[in-house]
Amino acid sequence: MAKTIIPFGPQHPVLPEPIHLSLTVEDEIVTQAVPALGYVHRGLEKLCDIRDYHHMIQVVERVCGICSKIHAMCYCQALEEMMKIEVPPRAKSLRVIWSELHRVHSHLLWLGLFADAFGFEALFYQLWKIRERVMDINEATTGNRVIVAVNVMGGVRNDLSPEQIRWILSELVLVESELKALESTILDDYTVKARTVGKGVLTKEQAYELGAAGPTLRGSGVAQDMRQLKYAAFSDLEFEPVVEYEGDSYARGKVRYRETLQSIDLVRQALHKLPEGPINVKVKGNPEGEGVARVEQPRGELYYYIKANGTKYLERLRIRTPTFANIPPLAAMLPGIELADVPVVVLSIDPCISCTER
Amino acid sequence: MAEAQTKDKDKIVGILPATDIASDALKGEVLKLKADGYRFVTMTCVDLDEDHVDLIYAFDRDLEMVHYRLKQPKAQSALSISDILFTAFLVENEIQDQFGICFEGLVLNFENYLYLEKEVGRTPFCKYSVIRKESEAQ
Repeated sequence: MAKTIIPFGPQHPVLPEPIHLSLTVEDEIVTQAVPALGYVHRGLEKLCDIRDYHHMIQVVERVCGICSKIHAMCYCQALEEMMKIEVPPRAKSLRVIWSELHRVHSHLLWLGLFADAFGFEALFYQLWKIRERVMDINEATTGNRVIVAVNVMGGVRNDLSPEQIRWILSELVLVESELKALESTILDDYTVKARTVGKGVLTKEQAYELGAAGPTLRGSGVAQDMRQLKYAAFSDLEFEPVVEYEGDSYARGKVRYRETLQSIDLVRQALHKLPEGPINVKVKGNPEGEGVARVEQPRGELYYYIKANGTKYLERLRIRTPTFANIPPLAAMLPGIELADVPVVVLSIDPCISCTER
Repeated sequence: MAEAQTKDKDKIVGILPATDIASDALKGEVLKLKADGYRFVTMTCVDLDEDHVDLIYAFDRDLEMVHYRLKQPKAQSALSISDILFTAFLVENEIQDQFGICFEGLVLNFENYLYLEKEVGRTPFCKYSVIRKESEAQ
């Protein structure tokens, strides 16, 4: 059978971010996938040369809108560790609350896009309608819907009032019940299963060896989640990673569905245990030395490396985002599938090209 | 705002615990780490001076990280570990683009054009010198 190379992308039918794949196909079956990047690279890491380390928080929040809160938290944690800054307990809990709300809206966004990818428009609309409740919480508590910008060095910028806490808890009841009402559609519907079960399989061994991260890793049976490191206030919360074992697109979707409910539970736990006290400490001086931090984004493990020289400008900032880690596993899961399944499998890793190219 | 708890008056230096490694020992160590069940996380390149960069390798096993530090002369090619750990190909290509360091034995080599366009004449992330882009494949 003759080989044909088909260009996929850079524009994806669902994902509004450019990634190109050169797909070698034989009789409609993909035999090789070679990724190409570089359409949206912004050189944000390099901005640390001209923005002081406090202002870099605003820059890292813009690495990715959907994960902005968690990027900023990881960056701050790395510097706070280097500078031996003790973040107040209330600030740690508030960081967890907003970051888990971020995970909820990110997973709902993805679940909707995933449904859209295989033509299930009604499910897409329903999931995004639920997501709006979380966006409203973000807006009411931080002033912004997506880039919530609450992190500062030494804590957080905003607090939650008792009225806001009660309102968030009541909204979460609605988010949870509305999401559970869709459970059988998301997990048992014929269309969903026909387009995802057995598609883009990544074995446990492949996922581990290829450095997969997040739901892509856990959907292949590896119980690893950076929240197990108990950063911020996770040491006070009950948490177990969500794991599925099939390694296909369906398993990755199931992980995200279950993680959405888990994040709602984590927000509830953190709100019920929210300590009293200050929400930040004043930070003086400049960082010096090298440090790393890891946290769990909706898409997986986020890794920050920082080198500082005692001035207000960092010497090096390096951001390894989860999609960057998931590109090689994607190249491994595409061979063997039908060409028509490629958009769905690509979307199953929840690719964020803005993150990848920074 | 509460009182600062940072000891800013003291000189606080966060130190990344990293094991220094020589170029000729790199591949052997990576093979050993792989056999011991470590997962490749990433690599970081840091521009040190006119002649050298640091290549910092990060691995993980059960949430415990280990780092290796290789002082790489800019004038020489670095050894690629992508033949042992395929996932390293992307970050090695990124370092080729941003720092002009060439990797010998890259399994999928974008030849300095993963991100950059052909007309880009300088290596964007080098602070101490500008390295002309040269690909192993050329």
